[in-house]
Amino acid sequence: MLVMNKPNHQGTALPAGTPAPDFSLHSTPDQTVKLSEFRGQPVVLAFYPADWSPVCGDQMALYNEMLSEFQELGAELLGISVDGVWCHGQFSHDRKLHFPLLADFEPKGEVSRLYGVYRHGEGVSERALFVLNADGVIHWSYVSPVGVNPGAAGIISALEELQNQTEAK
Amino acid sequence: MKPEIPDSIPKSKLTLPAPGRDHIQGPKNAPIMLLEYGDYQCPYCGQAYPIVKEIQKRLGDRLCFAFRNFPLANAHPYAEHAAETAEAAGTRGAFWEMHDLLFENQDALDDDALAEYATALNLDAPGLIKEVVAGAHKPRVREDFRSGVRSGVNGTPTFFINGERYDGSPDVEEFLAALTGSA
Repeated sequence: MLVMNKPNHQGTALPAGTPAPDFSLHSTPDQTVKLSEFRGQPVVLAFYPADWSPVCGDQMALYNEMLSEFQELGAELLGISVDGVWCHGQFSHDRKLHFPLLADFEPKGEVSRLYGVYRHGEGVSERALFVLNADGVIHWSYVSPVGVNPGAAGIISALEELQNQTEAK
Repeated sequence: MKPEIPDSIPKSKLTLPAPGRDHIQGPKNAPIMLLEYGDYQCPYCGQAYPIVKEIQKRLGDRLCFAFRNFPLANAHPYAEHAAETAEAAGTRGAFWEMHDLLFENQDALDDDALAEYATALNLDAPGLIKEVVAGAHKPRVREDFRSGVRSGVNGTPTFFINGERYDGSPDVEEFLAALTGSA
């Protein structure tokens, strides 16, 4: 059973309750995205190993279809890999992705390392998910086996929990 | 009430069992319930289509098969209208006939082709396509999609056997073993 595999970096990924380290990364050759700009709303960070690899494609295609769901839950989705902006641009265009892909390219993997989800041997990010609350604190994190599409059920549960907390206040 | 956050995802339990809402083939109290989340433009769903037919033939009345929509509309530009067309046919009592036509003609799923299939099934094609273009069946397709996402559907096709996600091979024999083992 694929889904039963133990994820490699589940232990090192920043856990719930940790303030999410801020970063600024290029989304296109002349645009950067700064995490702290999203303060005030939940953010989903989807680290993945590489553009074009089949599982990533499916995973990103799934999230692409779910943007309206994320929007309803008030959340912003950011994809992150060590690929450069030109590669991201081409991948994004080909798959008609409607959310930003950030290039953790220079210094390579720096943000992935900050979040504890860099695969040193291969030089790529883990397939890792972080859901941050409106205050920029990690509410939920998960590292999937690298070849397995983690889907979106966990993200949705986490976002719905955040929404319920907000409503309860 | 705080919802439980699963420690491992994908969550593989069906979150919308609701019998009665689905399009089914076979007795609704059959011991084996097979549910597919599929996309009419997805080649893998196309490959699974004859396999499901074969399984239905072999299991007969022991199996109840249900289909829910999971169109990846950005990757498959015709998938959404195809799904809505099947639902529109469903409101006219011809869901499965349309479902079969769509999977048997995966290479032609634009609106003109959809209208042709409606005509072939003696459905009021202009009326049906008008509904599809107006998005009359979009909420139903969306409800299927949302239930899938929450149940651990990460791509298509995804099958659930008696409410549990089947992660094995879509090969007929292996699939049958899983199905009969579940009853």
